[in-house]
Amino acid sequence: MELTHYVVLSCILFAIGATTVLLRRNAIIVFMGVELMLNAANLAFVTFARMHGDPHGQVIAFFVMTVAAAEVVVGLAIIVAIFRTRRTASVDDANLLKN
Amino acid sequence: MSTGEDVLFWVLAPLMVLAALGLLFARKAVHAAVCVVFVMISLAVMYIAQDAPFLGVVQIVVYTGAVMMLFLFVLMLVGVDASDSLVETIRGQRWIGVLLGLGLGAVLGGVVAQATFPPAVGLASPDEENPVTLARVLFGDYVFAMEVVGVLLVTAAVAALVLTHRRSLEPRVGQKETADAKVAALPSGGRLTPLPAPGVYARNNAMDTPALDASGRPIPESVSRILRIRGQERSATAILAAEHEVLADHEPTRHRDRRDDDAHPDRVTRTTDEEA
Repeated sequence: MELTHYVVLSCILFAIGATTVLLRRNAIIVFMGVELMLNAANLAFVTFARMHGDPHGQVIAFFVMTVAAAEVVVGLAIIVAIFRTRRTASVDDANLLKN
Repeated sequence: MSTGEDVLFWVLAPLMVLAALGLLFARKAVHAAVCVVFVMISLAVMYIAQDAPFLGVVQIVVYTGAVMMLFLFVLMLVGVDASDSLVETIRGQRWIGVLLGLGLGAVLGGVVAQATFPPAVGLASPDEENPVTLARVLFGDYVFAMEVVGVLLVTAAVAALVLTHRRSLEPRVGQKETADAKVAALPSGGRLTPLPAPGVYARNNAMDTPALDASGRPIPESVSRILRIRGQERSATAILAAEHEVLADHEPTRHRDRRDDDAHPDRVTRTTDEEA
């Protein structure tokens, strides 16, 4: 077994996360799909850092985690604000800009 | 790569993929959140196995500890029962989405399968711990990025405060306003003090039993208004009469003495008779 398996696993997780974003309507679940994609990217970073013996990959993964935390805070605040005004967490119902 | 890590990978990886599929297919949002928590904890284990113990700990603290708990809080706020609608707003969106997801997986897998990776060098060094190595890089090469990320986190915190802030439509009613309103309502039958608490008897201590005032009369306001409207208020005299019956059964002599000396129970009975 090589480190390739980790990369393949991260690809699978990324694809599942992307499919979740495309298919689900609940905004919170869509957000979790985004988180899954970020985590898959982190796994690839850590694997490549080990492959090349370079700690820079791990540092980048650390930055990804920090930015993801900030993104989650703002995103969930937006979801809560939308829920307060429209009483729904579905991405289909937030279509005020369409008409 | 050792056999131990082989076993770890082949145990964890299928479970992780299953949990990720759980996120995709779970009907309820809470189940999806628990699945994602499982994936993240497994990822932390994999980081630790891959010479990144610091990232593994940070993964658990930040992702499962902070981010997913925040998700669960928002789920509780929005309503746990808020499940997906199954109505397709764009026709064929589901199949197009499945197709795109499978296509993305195929493209990524194909690229990884085509590439030839060098043999693993590994990061475990005997003379320096992993967090020390990371700190050297983080505060050496990336010190400006580190500062920018700090600013980003502060901005995100302020943004969350601003976005979830709700401006109140009416002026705030504080302690002083409440007191003023009570005094103003005094001529029209309002009361300054809080309502009396429900009664406590030898065999009854519940919300539906009225308290007795100084002269032995039941106070109706001591029972919740809802119970009074529903007619679920219990009568104080019935409770007292039941208590006296029990006393009479157990201590006949003492009860007889009290009856002679003390007219109190009689008076209570009499007042309720008048009320009735």
